[in-house]
Amino acid sequence: MAYALEVSALSRAFTGKQTVVALENVDLKVKEGELFGLLGPNGAGKTTLIKILSTLLLPTSGTAKVLGYDVDGEASKIRPLINMVSGGETSGYGLLTVRENLWMFSQFYGVPGSVARERIDGLLKAFGLEDKANAKVRTISTGQRQRMNIIRGFVTDPKLIFLDEPTLGLDVTTSRTIREYIRDWVRARDDRTLLLTTHYMREAEELCDRVAIIDRGTILACGPPAELKRRMNHASTFVMDTTSFDPAPLSAVRGVKGVSADEIESGKRVRLVLEDESAISDVISAVVSRGGRIVSLNKVEATLEDAFIEMVGRGLG
Amino acid sequence: MPLNLRAAVGRAYPRVIGALREPSWTFFDVLLPLLGIAAYIYYYRALGAASSFEGFVVLGGAMTAFWLNVLWGMASQFYWEKEIGNLQLFLVSPMSRMALLAGMALGGMFSAGVRALSTLFLGLIIFDVHMTVEEPLFLAAVFLVTLIAIYGMGMMFASLFMLYGRDAWNISNLLQEPIYLVSGFYFPVRALGPWVSAAASIIPITLGLDAMRQLLFGEQALGLLPVATELVILCVLAVAFLVLARYALRYMERLGRKEGRLTLRWQ
Ligand SMILES: Nc1ncnc2c1ncn2[C@@H]1O[C@H](COP(=O)(O)OP(=O)(O)O)[C@@H](O)[C@H]1O
Ligand SMILES: [Mg+2]
Repeated sequence: MAYALEVSALSRAFTGKQTVVALENVDLKVKEGELFGLLGPNGAGKTTLIKILSTLLLPTSGTAKVLGYDVDGEASKIRPLINMVSGGETSGYGLLTVRENLWMFSQFYGVPGSVARERIDGLLKAFGLEDKANAKVRTISTGQRQRMNIIRGFVTDPKLIFLDEPTLGLDVTTSRTIREYIRDWVRARDDRTLLLTTHYMREAEELCDRVAIIDRGTILACGPPAELKRRMNHASTFVMDTTSFDPAPLSAVRGVKGVSADEIESGKRVRLVLEDESAISDVISAVVSRGGRIVSLNKVEATLEDAFIEMVGRGLG
Repeated sequence: MPLNLRAAVGRAYPRVIGALREPSWTFFDVLLPLLGIAAYIYYYRALGAASSFEGFVVLGGAMTAFWLNVLWGMASQFYWEKEIGNLQLFLVSPMSRMALLAGMALGGMFSAGVRALSTLFLGLIIFDVHMTVEEPLFLAAVFLVTLIAIYGMGMMFASLFMLYGRDAWNISNLLQEPIYLVSGFYFPVRALGPWVSAAASIIPITLGLDAMRQLLFGEQALGLLPVATELVILCVLAVAFLVLARYALRYMERLGRKEGRLTLRWQ
């Protein structure tokens, strides 16, 4: 089977006091064995897409197939093959130990006791959580809890796992541990697929085979990070430092035709993506004419962030 | 072991462990019913009621543990399982939904059973109540079927209320006190007249208590119906609630997926 995920013309609206369209006409294919990233700002529709793919939410229209099965009619065939973890999760029972909690969730997938024990031991070690194995869940820190949640996802040995912002709010070391594990897990066998969402640009760029950039419920671009960056090749990226002036440098340069910009350091440093390099003279006059002075101006290599800025028209903040 | 058996055991586990690991919970859960029992017993003594009434009170007080567990540990359980994010994890897993409910029920029966036994034991000693068990097998059968029926009802409510968090909580609150009265926890339900007691019999704890009273106190229990008849009705109720629970849960899960209410918005 070629595709782990096949999403076509998928839309999801929430009706309430006012209707919110969380996903609109999304098409997406993820190959088996891929480490795929959904990159987008808050409210883009990432979690909604994961909920649909993990059988918690039905599409309003369109179809989604997970490992060849339809999320609407064949959810019971999908569930044994997948698992899902979200970053800020507070699941489990506080009076159980970390080990007991992991065991309990593995039982919902029918993992035999000895197999569960072995996997839990291995995973606790991989995530540096062995010394907390017998600590009650209500006593551990947020970072430890998040590692436990991630372990819960892998303990059932899924063919496809969804990680919704797995490193949200974690310190650098813990994030790195998680990223390394994720990468190794997908590489270890060629029938394992992983879909993660993130609003950390670096994470997507460093980790994913392919990335889809999503904003306001639609997919703006999809491809390997390198290719998304290459699409930028005709464009040029600059980092500019200025003195502070009114209005802020960012709004001054955003008014220039053919220029997308994002602030790196408030009032001082901006990142500019120019469709055509000749526009740089307009940028300079936009700054100077408002009484600002350019402290430095450097041409830099394009990153995924630049691709994002150009497509979405703003940064991730 | 098949998946669904493992799943039920897995879900029962935290409840069993909770009862054993947190004895302080059991302490308060036993103390409060004992206070209730004491109040009724002194009341009956002051009225000069027959001594069998004291037995009714201890039996009813012990069975309270199960009733409270059905309300708070079953009917409104999914409310906070959803809040802490467990519900969505239960539902993405491949276990059957009945295994999930059965696990909750079995674990609940255990933890409530510990409390009920403690209450019964202390109640019998402290208030010097005597009862004679002449037909232990019959009594055990009535007790078991009663448990299955009331937990079946809890499973049905859990399913129905899956999407209605706060309301479920309110309804549990609403049901708690009146049921003590109409189900005859502390006196023969026949005292309420034929219509009220017939209506109250839809709640299985009513007939269960009535049958157990008859088996423990004989004639004095003023039974509503012959015990065998009550047992048959309880069996019917148990099956009906279990079947209803299954369909209710399936329906509510589908509705929840459609309306996006299986998870909270920020989860
Ligand atoms: N249950 C819901 N009811 C109403 N609106 C919702 C619900 N869930 C999500 N939304 C809305 O749908 C949009 C997409 O949300 P979400 O998928 O959570 O975004 P992301 O995960 O990318 O931050 C947001 O505008 C959000 O407010
Ligand atoms: Mg999200």
